[in-house]
Amino acid sequence: MSDSLAPAADTVFRPLLQAPRGWHRVGALAGRVWTFCLVEVQKLSHDPIELATRAVQPALWMLIFGQTFSQLRAIPTGRVPYLAFLAPGIAAQSALFISIFYGIQIIWDRDAGILSKLMVTPTPRAALIAGKAFAAGVRAISQVVVIIIIALLMGVTINLNPLNLLGVAAVTVLGAAFFSCLSMIIAGIVRVRDRLMGIGQAITMPLFFASNALYPIDVMPPWLMVISRVNPLSYQVDALRGLMVGTPTSLLVDFGVLIVTAAIGIWGAAWALRRLVR
Amino acid sequence: MSTDQSVHPAVQCEHLTHRFGDVVAIDDLNLRIERGEMFGLLGPNGAGKTTTIRVLNTLVPVQQGQVRVFGMDVMRQPMDVRCNLGYVPQQLSVDGALTGRQNVMWFARLYDVPRRQRKERVEEALVTMGLTDVAERVVSTYSGGMVRRLELAQALVNYPSLLILDEPTLGLDPMARDSVWDHVTSMRDRLGMTVLLTTHYMEEADALCNRVGLMYKGRLQATGAPDDLRAQLGPGASLEDVFRHFAGAELSGNTTEQGGLRNVRQSRTGR
Repeated sequence: MSDSLAPAADTVFRPLLQAPRGWHRVGALAGRVWTFCLVEVQKLSHDPIELATRAVQPALWMLIFGQTFSQLRAIPTGRVPYLAFLAPGIAAQSALFISIFYGIQIIWDRDAGILSKLMVTPTPRAALIAGKAFAAGVRAISQVVVIIIIALLMGVTINLNPLNLLGVAAVTVLGAAFFSCLSMIIAGIVRVRDRLMGIGQAITMPLFFASNALYPIDVMPPWLMVISRVNPLSYQVDALRGLMVGTPTSLLVDFGVLIVTAAIGIWGAAWALRRLVR
Repeated sequence: MSTDQSVHPAVQCEHLTHRFGDVVAIDDLNLRIERGEMFGLLGPNGAGKTTTIRVLNTLVPVQQGQVRVFGMDVMRQPMDVRCNLGYVPQQLSVDGALTGRQNVMWFARLYDVPRRQRKERVEEALVTMGLTDVAERVVSTYSGGMVRRLELAQALVNYPSLLILDEPTLGLDPMARDSVWDHVTSMRDRLGMTVLLTTHYMEEADALCNRVGLMYKGRLQATGAPDDLRAQLGPGASLEDVFRHFAGAELSGNTTEQGGLRNVRQSRTGR
């Protein structure tokens, strides 16, 4: 029987394929990152309930915390009303929450065997991580959109200049890239979903409170100021605040910090990926 | 690099050894698979089959020895090797949150299928695997057999020269198994692919493979056409008997022994 299974003598074999080289390589890598973002949008579109439930918590922050503290006038925010001050902080917070648990998805992908399949495609590890990181950014943007809508409904004046909105999207993606990479690095170290959940929960609140999301850095005790200044979330909030409600900010510094931390995050997570699939 | 695959065998492992700590998973493996072959790697759990596959598909680095796929060193040209591979792992592994078509399109993009051909190639892969009717459905609603065929569609969308299947019919019912093999063989005839598969089902290997390699404890105990291997043992011998013969005393007779072939099959199929 095995004779008939041999390839026919006239079988035509395909020429071998080559991985893209030179400039084509750059294009192919950018295409990979784009692909991961596209897949994330597709997944989101199949699951609108996820978007809605995720919007509950930031809405409560804006409605309850925001309105209460607006009335108290306990936090000095200069010439901006507290709700306007808070909205970018909550936007950054909910992007952080999504990103910091993003490593769970990569552990899930590993356990389901999807990660192995992705790593057998001609996709370098750093490109795979960058793809995942920017995909987390896509998810985070969907949250920021919801928060902007809530803020507008609450009467907050948000700068809707297309350039500013583009800036908001860029800042959100960069921030999400860093925090999702942090999450994937932790995933590579702990390797189990439950432990990542625990660590994620343990670090989100400190990251959030030790930032300028709820109050300006000036009112913090000195030790917290130091932490807040090395916390990338502060730079994300600062940039969002400048772009959304026009507080004075140094966008150049903010973008600089966010780009560098995102790059370091991608590099670190690409390293951690080796551990994760082992 | 030569782009003519006729010059090189599809797979060539020389003195491949792989250790996990103190455990030797692959022990001085020499393996040559000619282009166009359908080669079955057989053996019980822990024989080193999956590790061998993971070295071939560049998931695991070569620790010792040399591994070439169509003449390309897997350590030096991993990206070129990957471009020519299709891989279906043991687990059912597709993204349940996407539709069937989106899953295949995802891989078409990751394999750099030219933009103009993508739609057509995705459609072709779905048609070949008989999935056009369910292509727009979210994959979490698929049955096991459908998921497996979808994975084959993903693995074939880049027209691979070497298709690697790790236990492709594990956990599928007989009908789904037959359908998977029908699809694989028809694609192989059409694309001139080389197929490397692992399986626990000896009957499958016997019926489908040009050649099989019997792997046990990280070593290839025997290689050859199933007919020839059976003939060596005398009339009426099954491939399973051949395996027992070559694996030595540890496997013979005692079917309930840990690591034994029957035992593995029972535990796997029971899932």
